[in-house]
Amino acid sequence: MPGPRKAVALISGGLDSLLAARVVMEQGVHVEGINFFTGFCVEGHTHAIRKQDSKRPKRNNALWSAEQLGIKLHIIDIIDEYKDVVINPKHGYGANLNPCLDCKIFMVNKARQWMIEHGFDFIITGEVVGQRPMSQRKDTMPVVARDSGAEDRLVRPLCAKNLPPTLPEQEGWLDRDLLHGFNGRSRKPQIALAAHYGFEDFAQPAGGCCFLTDRQYSVKLEDLWKTRGSREYELDDIMLLKVGRHLRPRPHFKMIVGREEGENRFLEGYRKRFVHLLPTSHVGPLVLLDGEVGAEDIELAARLTARFSKGRDAQRVTVQINEREGAMRSMDVVPMPVDDIPQDWYL
Amino acid sequence: MSARVVDARNLLCPLPVIRTQDAVAECRPGDELQVLCTDPGVVHDIPAWCRVHGHVISEIRHEDRDIVISLCVGDTEGET
Repeated sequence: MPGPRKAVALISGGLDSLLAARVVMEQGVHVEGINFFTGFCVEGHTHAIRKQDSKRPKRNNALWSAEQLGIKLHIIDIIDEYKDVVINPKHGYGANLNPCLDCKIFMVNKARQWMIEHGFDFIITGEVVGQRPMSQRKDTMPVVARDSGAEDRLVRPLCAKNLPPTLPEQEGWLDRDLLHGFNGRSRKPQIALAAHYGFEDFAQPAGGCCFLTDRQYSVKLEDLWKTRGSREYELDDIMLLKVGRHLRPRPHFKMIVGREEGENRFLEGYRKRFVHLLPTSHVGPLVLLDGEVGAEDIELAARLTARFSKGRDAQRVTVQINEREGAMRSMDVVPMPVDDIPQDWYL
Repeated sequence: MSARVVDARNLLCPLPVIRTQDAVAECRPGDELQVLCTDPGVVHDIPAWCRVHGHVISEIRHEDRDIVISLCVGDTEGET
């Protein structure tokens, strides 16, 4: 006798994917979760880096969802493959540099490949018609199904009744009557369904789960691409964009200034790859210099470093300058007055 | 038999979880694995990942700035 049908659910860590998986599990389907790590995920990183967030739970919400559901969760590293989605989105960008529709197509396609490799029958997402301005519209949701290759094996349990029946519904693997017809941006139906299942303390990330939707992050990524003359990036590049205060005082170099202890500790891991500065006469930030710098640049960076230290109002601050190869020297500088720092230096 | 060691230091979550997941995929039930990390988030994430996959955390200890997580691989028969 054949076992139950098997579905792979895209689990983001948000409420909708949690509910979608739960709705399908209720029909006796074996569900396992899949979660993709692009490098731009908000999940975990800022909590891990910034000490001031240390009182917040450091849980991974996708894993938390899997535990609530009692299912396995497979976390897949797609950092390298995802670059083409970010750099060349066929359908363009949504908010800021978010390749919204291409991202969804890419992830559903990856899930489809996983489904085939592991002998699963269909794919579940938590999408809701009309919830997002680009990837979750009535006219774009069929595009996701078509361009991902998932076609009618892609089930959106929260809004299935607003869409044509999928293969699992046609074959009787799922009872369409037990699926939902959610529509639009209201969260009330999801909140009610969460209460029905007894889910509490679920994540409700403001602004989504991807740094590419963030305006300030996108400005920094654009700056990186522009100054390099290329839209390429490595994981370390995009991780560093998440950390510290970024200033570009000159076109050929940028400063990454740790804002507190947790960020300074994170930046320490990059000391051997960057010229870096550290105030020694006063408490202050670790500062990485990204670019090729000359003597005048270093003096300018030292004065700015002093400005961001506890010695900002002192006559002079001693700043240690560390070269990439390990050479070290100190420089006494006058902290740069706040009003002398042009706003357009801040990224 | 000494435990296999996974070096996930200077990686932020979920990368230490992914490195653990990849290493476990090459293990047999009962194998011991030791994961070296620096991201404090691992003390929540790696145990959570182990719980949903049926692996057992045997120890979490702090050594200077490192976090060392020891685990015993569960019965992965039927593991997808």
